[in-house]
Amino acid sequence: MVVSPPTGTLAATERSASPAALGDPAWRSVLEPLLAGGRSAGADLVEVFLERSDHLGLLAEQDAITSVSPAFGAGAGLRVFLGERDGFVSTNDLSAAGLRAALEQALGMLGLVLPVQAGGRFDGLPELRDFAATKEGWLHSCPTLAEATGRLLEGTDRLQVHGQHLQVRRGSYARDWQEVLVAASDGTFARDVRLHQSVGLNVLAADGDHRASLGKRYGTSDSPDDLRQWDAEAAAIDVCSSAGTMLRADYVEAGQFPVVLANRFGGVIFHEACGHLLETTQVERATTPFAEMVGQPIAHPSLTAIDEGHTAGAFGSLSMDDEGMEPQRTVLIENGILQRFLSDRAGERRTGHPRTGSGRRQSHAFAAASRMRNTFIAAGPHTPEQLIASVDRGLYCKSMGGGSVGPTGQFNFAVEEGYLIENGRLTRPVKGATLIGDAKEVMPRISMCANDLELAAGFCGSVSGSIFVTVGQPHIKVDTITVGGR
Amino acid sequence: MESTESLAASLDAEVLRQRLASLAHAEGVRRWDLGASCSTDTSVQVDRGEAKQMKGAQRSAITLRVWNDDGLVGITSTSDLSDAGLARALAGARDASAYGNVDEIPDFSPLATAPLPVLEQPLSTPLSILTLLDTLKEAERDLLGRHPAIGTVPYNGLAQRSSDRLYINSDGACRQQRLSTASLYLYARAEEAGRKPRSSGAVRLAYGAAGLDVAGCVQEAAERTIAHLDYAPIATGRYTCVFSPEAFLDLIGAFSSLFNARAVLDGVSLSRRESLGEQLAVPFLSLHDNGLHPANVGAAAFDGEGTPTRRLSLLEGGVLRHFLHSEATARAFGVSPTGHAGLGAKVSVGPDWFEIGPTPGSSGGAPGLDRFAAGASGDEHGLVVIDSLSALHAGVKASQGSFSLPFDGWLVQNGASRSIEAATVAGDIRTLLKAILGFEGPAKVTPDGLCPHVWVEGLSITGDA
Repeated sequence: MVVSPPTGTLAATERSASPAALGDPAWRSVLEPLLAGGRSAGADLVEVFLERSDHLGLLAEQDAITSVSPAFGAGAGLRVFLGERDGFVSTNDLSAAGLRAALEQALGMLGLVLPVQAGGRFDGLPELRDFAATKEGWLHSCPTLAEATGRLLEGTDRLQVHGQHLQVRRGSYARDWQEVLVAASDGTFARDVRLHQSVGLNVLAADGDHRASLGKRYGTSDSPDDLRQWDAEAAAIDVCSSAGTMLRADYVEAGQFPVVLANRFGGVIFHEACGHLLETTQVERATTPFAEMVGQPIAHPSLTAIDEGHTAGAFGSLSMDDEGMEPQRTVLIENGILQRFLSDRAGERRTGHPRTGSGRRQSHAFAAASRMRNTFIAAGPHTPEQLIASVDRGLYCKSMGGGSVGPTGQFNFAVEEGYLIENGRLTRPVKGATLIGDAKEVMPRISMCANDLELAAGFCGSVSGSIFVTVGQPHIKVDTITVGGR
Repeated sequence: MESTESLAASLDAEVLRQRLASLAHAEGVRRWDLGASCSTDTSVQVDRGEAKQMKGAQRSAITLRVWNDDGLVGITSTSDLSDAGLARALAGARDASAYGNVDEIPDFSPLATAPLPVLEQPLSTPLSILTLLDTLKEAERDLLGRHPAIGTVPYNGLAQRSSDRLYINSDGACRQQRLSTASLYLYARAEEAGRKPRSSGAVRLAYGAAGLDVAGCVQEAAERTIAHLDYAPIATGRYTCVFSPEAFLDLIGAFSSLFNARAVLDGVSLSRRESLGEQLAVPFLSLHDNGLHPANVGAAAFDGEGTPTRRLSLLEGGVLRHFLHSEATARAFGVSPTGHAGLGAKVSVGPDWFEIGPTPGSSGGAPGLDRFAAGASGDEHGLVVIDSLSALHAGVKASQGSFSLPFDGWLVQNGASRSIEAATVAGDIRTLLKAILGFEGPAKVTPDGLCPHVWVEGLSITGDA
């Protein structure tokens, strides 16, 4: 590791040399004085999050590669707690002087001063818990540029084979490699390497005045061979089938209807309608209606919901969270009864809810916050057909788009591919539906869960940036919800 | 103590140019350009009188583009501005150039050395973070005191930034811009006994924290929040709608691919090359993109390719006049770049800041529009005022022209205005642009542009009455 002399300014031309890998034992001698100094200054807890990242983005359009976008970086986020308050400073300068300056700034936010000589309040870091030890070769095991571009072009070629009226064919691939090292004055000292890859196909079908744009994305974690194993043929058939169906679909009729939401990304309803409201960041802000309801019913008795970070290869799985804690399997709701909240360091200090290994952030530039990982509704006893058969007139949501939830618990999400349910059977395809509702009202209306639980990768943007998550569910039935349309 | 003043962010353009030139020469790269930026930020959030979080950040970033011996382009971005970092970026860009797009090879902008507009952008000295904290605490206290139902201000923040950005290329272009900006946002949550919680807020921008209109932000956040306390469901149906300036600007921004040459060339815009000259909207609507407007706080003097920012007419009399361009799209259309480019392997194009209003010399649409007078006239069906739109990322299908969006707003009916409990508005942007009835009141300056209230006929509203 290279430690440069103090710079004193942010003039880019005076910056330190590139940092060494975070597995270098020399980091201990840089981090321990920072933690000791912060504690001696009077901080209750000091945490340093170091990060190196390597990203590759590719875009194929029609039959050509039109964008190759590599990016790499490094940085640190330093957080200091004093009581329930905290100061957080991020920097791209990983020199010892840069980190010290960041610590001084964070301490100053809390009215604390770094003493000339530290001592007394920090016993040193324990042995490194190195989750990355078996992952060192991941980055170099990922597909080469030649392989990756080849696979994407295979995808857009398959779209051409299987699609009709396609005006635009696109394939995109993203590979995000991240190495993190977390050290805190409570004895946390852990390193990990994460690898996320996702590949997507998008089409715009057009015929006269009819248009349909559709895309589907697949993502995994910790699997260097993921793109190599991607089934481009099946993905193209899936996208083209949906686009062909939706091209001439009518706009959905607006109103209040029962809806059946498909498995996989249908889980966005729980993510938006309830999941965010079970993060302690929402308890801190007093924006969740469930804050005082642990042990009480908040959902239909048929509903059990779980958030965990263990499922092998899932987009939201982690060996450790961004605060160095191993993730837990957290049962959020069991048979309709609220069991617990997702919590991070700040959440535990401010709300009393114990940490669950859910402290997550996009990068060093964000302070960690309580965030979801792999979040899903558990399988129920019914078949998907039974759910559809139970609806006289309603909407079947086969494919969902993005959604959001506001500070009052009002949530919404878009339906990408929908079908009318008439007399217990799927009939015409419909488009343009947006489902809106209130979390407290809709959770008791999820009355039936099928037996076909599946997970799907997604990205979640919130207070600590955009993170990799999984949503999931079996087919579920919502007795009634507002379907926005024309 | 107050020890957290940000250090001024700065880049030494000449030193960076020399380092890149030296590295490029050593690697045999003859043609290159780069965009670089660095910034220092401080921000605070509060929660019922206490500091919730205080943040500081020092950021740096560089995007480097190289042309290889075959003329193909590659790119790499990094936050590591050390010599080793720059060398690695150069090597990465050169590797990526082997996969450069032979069908569309970017070039330097012909305007990368043209004179830049002079912007009045005063540089402010950052305030201490504890001063920011005190200011925000006072603003929160003021807002909480405006109505008994306002219990929290869950989303709030006061931030200041000093930044420096530059564009350099191997032909000698060198652009640099230093800037200081500040922002304040306050989103309150109010709840009355037995009723659902309601929320709304306001945002202010300035060239420094000391210049922020804190009182105005508090006042607007309070008015908006209180105005949503008395709510009722709305019946599903077709309504005449009045978009607030913010809501209409958001909607136009979501459909800006209509005016985007990149999207046109890619086939994902509703417009085509031949669309220039077509009547896209009512004949009294004008739409300009004007990043240089004095009210556009933090305006960029040049785009990612070094092209100067300028005012551009997009719709005049409802007719499509120009597209937004990068260097490559402009070359494809046989026009000049317009200053709307990013910097990437595939250069993106995007708008800066919209000016929307009546076309000079036109009728301007229906005269004397007044949503409150209209509501008082006994129209039993009522008028829907759309205050803010949500979920634009999910509810807009730009390449199809359709939208279905949740919104906050009011139903003005029989002389009374009542907040709408929960509803969506849906339609087609092409239909909407031709269903504009007119404008109400003077144009309002918002963070995203300048726009009056806009009346639109016959939009689908879904409610749960």
